[in-house]
Amino acid sequence: MISWPNFLSQLFNGLAQGALLALISSGLTIIYGTLGVLNLAHGAMFMLGGYAGYVAFEATGSFVVAVIAGTLFMLVVGVLIERLIIRHFYSRPHEDQLLVTFGLAICFVEIVRFFFSSLSKSVPPPPLLTGITSLGVMFYPTYRLAVVGIVAVALLALYVVLYRTRLGMIVRAGIEDSVMVDSLGINVYRVFMVVFGIGAMAAGFAGIVNAPVVSLTPDMGEAILVQTFVVVVIGGVGSFPGAVLGGLIAGEIISLTSMVNPGYAYVMLFAAMTLVLLLRPQGLLGTRGRE
Amino acid sequence: MRQRPLLVETLTAIALIAIPFVLPYLGSAPNTVNRILVWGLFGIGFDILFGYTGLLSFGQSALYGTGGFVAAYLLTQAGFPYVVLALIIGTIAAAAVGYLVGLIALRRTGIYFAMITVAIAEVFYFVEFNPLSEWTGGENGLPGVPTPSLYLGFTTVHFTTGWTLYPFLAFCYFIGIVLALRIVRSPVGAIFRSIRENPLRAAAVGHDIHGYKLTAFVIAAAYAGLAGGLLGVMQAFMPPEAFTFDTSGQLVMQTAIGGRGTLFGPLVGAAVWLFLQDFLQATLGLGAAWKLVLGLVFVLLVCFLRQGIIGGIRDLLGFVGVKIADRTEPATTASDSALCIDEEEDALQTPPPRPPAVARMPTRGPAPVSSGVILQATGLIKRYGGIIANAGVDFTVNRGELRGIIGPNGAGKTTLFKMLTCEVPPTSGKIVFEGRDITGMSVTDVCQLGLTKSYQVNQLFNRLTVRENLTIAVLAELRGKFKLDALGSLAKIPGLEEQVRHTLELVNLGDRRDTPVSQLAYGEKRRLEVGLALASSPTLLLLDEPLAGMSPTERIATVKLLKSIRQHRTMIVIDHDMDSLFELAERITVMHEGRVLVEGAPDEIKGNAKVQEAYLGGVYGVIEA
Repeated sequence: MISWPNFLSQLFNGLAQGALLALISSGLTIIYGTLGVLNLAHGAMFMLGGYAGYVAFEATGSFVVAVIAGTLFMLVVGVLIERLIIRHFYSRPHEDQLLVTFGLAICFVEIVRFFFSSLSKSVPPPPLLTGITSLGVMFYPTYRLAVVGIVAVALLALYVVLYRTRLGMIVRAGIEDSVMVDSLGINVYRVFMVVFGIGAMAAGFAGIVNAPVVSLTPDMGEAILVQTFVVVVIGGVGSFPGAVLGGLIAGEIISLTSMVNPGYAYVMLFAAMTLVLLLRPQGLLGTRGRE
Repeated sequence: MRQRPLLVETLTAIALIAIPFVLPYLGSAPNTVNRILVWGLFGIGFDILFGYTGLLSFGQSALYGTGGFVAAYLLTQAGFPYVVLALIIGTIAAAAVGYLVGLIALRRTGIYFAMITVAIAEVFYFVEFNPLSEWTGGENGLPGVPTPSLYLGFTTVHFTTGWTLYPFLAFCYFIGIVLALRIVRSPVGAIFRSIRENPLRAAAVGHDIHGYKLTAFVIAAAYAGLAGGLLGVMQAFMPPEAFTFDTSGQLVMQTAIGGRGTLFGPLVGAAVWLFLQDFLQATLGLGAAWKLVLGLVFVLLVCFLRQGIIGGIRDLLGFVGVKIADRTEPATTASDSALCIDEEEDALQTPPPRPPAVARMPTRGPAPVSSGVILQATGLIKRYGGIIANAGVDFTVNRGELRGIIGPNGAGKTTLFKMLTCEVPPTSGKIVFEGRDITGMSVTDVCQLGLTKSYQVNQLFNRLTVRENLTIAVLAELRGKFKLDALGSLAKIPGLEEQVRHTLELVNLGDRRDTPVSQLAYGEKRRLEVGLALASSPTLLLLDEPLAGMSPTERIATVKLLKSIRQHRTMIVIDHDMDSLFELAERITVMHEGRVLVEGAPDEIKGNAKVQEAYLGGVYGVIEA
């Protein structure tokens, strides 16, 4: 039944989910914008980050260590993957890039399945953030509330890196024209490596932060990947603000539709995407001609 | 080397008939073989979409599931008694849904297209599970799908399961491959490949590429729908898993493993996939880890064997020196012969001796008159953000004229050409071609009217041969911008072969006609670039720096070519080679800083102080005044 507190709590759910989607999508979008590679393994990286954090948590019992370990692990994985594989695909057609990242996604999923089985794993929220918090008209799980804050901080950090540092300036210039950046004497390939690492790191961070909300399964990345695609299409490829806006919109659509009828959540999400494609094909905050 | 007609078809038929007599001795289960056929059929359509047209969809599961569930619903819930008819209805339903999905997904290309198809497929999955679960059985699927039977008058043949179902599936596959072979050898198939190679140029030579992409999408949808229906028949159960992302993924992987752009690749890929699965799971006892092995194999394959197994075999054969032309492998033949003009092959191989390039290319429309305005542009302005590329260009060209345009780099010459051919819309201004306002029209429509250009930077169909390149351009003129002769033959288009040969001779590439563009020398590519524009016999031909990057000898040859093709048509040529241009053109337009500086006969231009100043970097104020 739709009641005021129910509506509010769904609104918050949407915010939490949207913030997470925004974080994952911004990783996907800056990788695509800079490197020109659509990373189909991005959902699997989100999952992998969650599992890396789970392992760290099992070993130490500390949630903070788990977050740090999961994030750094994905940074390393991202850099390695870029060095070993993605690098050789810059000059190859988009289709080949899609195929190889798709293959990588399967490898990630199956490796995790091999070591951890298909059964779900869970990471409890840190003791400080367990329980529920009163928001006046309703009670809301404290950790979910915290997720919004944590992700907001992460997005802010990403914003600072992208818009307030030298590296960020190079990355943004690379999104506009990586050949030009290269010819200005900047080693654009090293930047690519860093960007891929940062993108993977964003996905991994989201994965471990999300772990206490939903339990971990090897194929959890797939659904997330599809959602991030919708986010990126809505927001505009290569646009960091677009990813954030698109993420929040998608989160709210899923959440509010689920309140009425969960079966239609995806249908509504898709309808929103179609609407954007019809009215503003380059995405809400995208630039025309960038593809 | 003469193409034997129907060779591939015959070999396929023989192989399909032989399989039930051979494979049981090799210990393969009939159900595995049947599954391979269904995946192979599913993949034929996908290969036309991905391998031939270059559109990588990750959402084929939506159409597979649609076809399957429509057929299964008719047979199990609606009490529809005819299995084959139900399969056909399922196929049509999938094609119709494919048309709608294509309308949305094809609004964007490349990466976007892949993402949108994934998202759409996911929607279908959820719709099957929830809103439509009353019809589709939700997570239970639809059990009890009947198998077909054939009434022969005296007896009835029942196709039930295993080897007794095989003939039915093999027949469906055979029909599927025969149709697909016709499609890829048809004019539509040729255009599919040109879209894969260079969509921009395919549109610029006058093909409605959106229409053709949609066609490819619908064809792929129809194949997916039929395969989905057969899946239900084969398993006597329509599984909801047909709609999952995994289905689309498996199809993509099988096609990449087998070899894209070969039609048989998906079948080979499916065979590798399913046999490997059996082998790893049962024989090696890997259990669920088999998919990890497969994933690793797949990544390695994409890294090192780009064209899949069939492509690898083809390269290997080429490497060992076996002439692929011997064609024993049906799959290799399929892709190689796809664009050949089959029956005319012999004639083209040994062209009758002809007098050197006579400019007798027919031009369309009424016979050109020597006077009158053919193109008039007024007040053309083009702004890119704050940059003004063209700042109010007034430009008129008379019929039959050869106009030269010169100007320093950045003068706005190429932008002017882009606007004249409607490649980019002007910010403001008006373009009239042959008395018709073409402002805001598409580049395809303008080309169809007889106005086209050659590009400053080569825009060719790289993996196609010289002759195939020209065929694409000629097809646009002979068939119009969109025609659905997907089952027609290239050889049956009147005038096609002749016009291709004319153009070949004109640009002097006759002895390179079967060379892929990627193997041409720069000068040859440049001539082909002009040839592509020329092949559609335009009344007004725009050439953007045809002499750029050529050696002195090549320049002389090209100037001769330009002189020879100028009869019967109007031409506008941009170039930095003043000597050649002054020799060629009757009038010269000098552009500077987005405007027309002066216009006049070559001699007037040579002595003009303003022109000299513009080239020597004179003070701006002086020119303004």
